[in-house]
Formats: sequence, structure tokens, C-alpha cells
Amino acid sequence: MSHDHAHDHPHGSDLSPVEARVRALESLLTEKGYIDPAAMDALVELYETKVGPHAGARVVARAWVDPDYRARLLADATPAIAELGIGGRGGEHMVVVANTPETHNLVVCTLCSCYPWPVLGLPPVWYKAPPYRARAVIDPRGVLAEFGVTIPETTRITVWDSTAETRYMVLPMRPANTAGFSEEALAALVTRDAMIGTGLPGTVPPTPPEMPV
Amino acid sequence: MSTPSPRAFAAPWEAQVFALVVSLQEAGLFTWAEWADRLGREIRPTDAPERAADYAAWLATLETILSERGVTASESVAARTAAFLRAAAATPHGQPIRLENDPLYRP
Repeated sequence: MSHDHAHDHPHGSDLSPVEARVRALESLLTEKGYIDPAAMDALVELYETKVGPHAGARVVARAWVDPDYRARLLADATPAIAELGIGGRGGEHMVVVANTPETHNLVVCTLCSCYPWPVLGLPPVWYKAPPYRARAVIDPRGVLAEFGVTIPETTRITVWDSTAETRYMVLPMRPANTAGFSEEALAALVTRDAMIGTGLPGTVPPTPPEMPV
Repeated sequence: MSTPSPRAFAAPWEAQVFALVVSLQEAGLFTWAEWADRLGREIRPTDAPERAADYAAWLATLETILSERGVTASESVAARTAAFLRAAAATPHGQPIRLENDPLYRP
């Protein structure tokens, strides 16, 4: 008599304890009418596919090409960002801080993980972890070094602590050799980390002078 | 487009927790300031080192708030969790895990 366990005893499905707890909450809250599963699915799809740092990159590129926009953005960021059709939950009160040769800005949430969702999407894992939360304030230059960012000793580092009410985004300096770039090409140089302050925008090599024919 | 966006969630359950919290905030169960305050306390246990404000911490924070507000008692969450685990074990691999598959399910 053969014993084929794979067939005699079909395996069930795997569900980890945490997955089961989340399903339990979801099903109880649906029964009680607190949530709508279809709306939940739409929310997840929005944050997985639509909301992300490309939105912040558009804001930065616009500020680089349009001095009036830059002034509005730094004076009152939320309406200036809304001009580009960007806004919503987690961005009710945004503040944009501009990097200059004298000052480099770095954003952290020392309490938990407050982050400007409409312009940057959801925060990366390291942003939510204790080492970054603690060290960004105590040793910002050391944190930047770990991200491979070296800024001149003469540049001051200012650390901004995001909260549920006020969420910060960094306006990096426009890279050299980008005169004449379209807004789209400029936006492509703007990384998520550049808008948190743990990175710098992409660099562009100088165009070699045209050789005489 | 800038650099490719990293994936927003490492696992589907993280996305579900995020959507639960956002939905309940928008339903008026708590403000974002209250949420940040409670999450901040959750990740700073008195008897252990500070933790990450990750989605596991979100889940724990949410369960605490729901239990305090009398929305979902912890016993009913535990019972429903056990039912889903039994349902999973009884569901052939690859098929959707439904509560009805729990051998102890009573409508």
C-alpha cells in the first residue's frame, strides 16, 4: 500500500498570526459598519500606485524654474503644492525648507513616523526606525555620512522635526549644468532622499564644448 | 519620473493595516494628532528599548484604541483571529481563505 502524504493529507493555506489578526479586525469592523472593504482596496491601490516621491519631484522642479512659485512655496507650502494638483491626507499643513550653500536641511519625526504623504508617499523603513529618529538630531552629519552624503564643514545643518500637524519637505539646490533643462528632466533628478535631506539630487556632467568641424 | 518608487508596503497585511487606520481616522474615530501620540507611546514601552514605528506598531496601536473605545473587545478579536487560523488550515492551498471554511463556523 502506497503512502503518498502529499495526496492523502492535502496541506491547508498559510496564514501568519499577524495576517490572521489583521483579517479579524477587518472582518469585525466591516460587520460593525466602520469600514467599507471596497474603499480599503481603493486606498491601498492609491498608495501603491499613485502617491509617491514623483509628486514632490514635480514641486521641486517647478520651484527651480519659476522664482515666483519658489517664493510662494517657501512662504506657504500647502496652497503652492495644491496649485500642482497635489494634496490630501497627511499634507494638511506642509512646510518646505530650502537648502542653500549656507544651510542643509534634514527632516525627521522624532516621535514616530510623521511624513508628508502627498509629496513623498509613505516613509521608508529607516525613517521609522529608532536609530534614524534618535541620531538625526544628535549627529546629523554622521547620519548624512552613512547615506554617503558629505556637505562642506562650513554648511550648517538644520534638523526639522515633523509632527502630525506640520510636515516638512526639503527643497534641494538645483544641480549645476542643468540650464535649459525641461521641468520633466529636472524632476527626474530629484530623489526621495533629496527631499528628506538624506540625499542630494542627481548630478549632470558638464557638456563638453562643441568641437569645431 | 524620479528614481523608481520603493514599494509602499512590504506585505499585503501592512497595506491592510494602513488602510484600516486611514479609514477609521476619516470615520472620525481619532485625529492624526491623537494617532501620533498613541503610536509614539506604543513604540516606547517602559520595560523595553524603543521600537520602530512600523506597521506592526500601527496594528498594536490600533488594537489598543479600538479596545479602549469599546469598538472591538480584545476577546472578540482573539476569537476571530483563531477562527481565521482554523479557516486557513482547512482551506486548500491557493484558494481564498474564508471565515466559512472554519470547521467551527456557525453563521
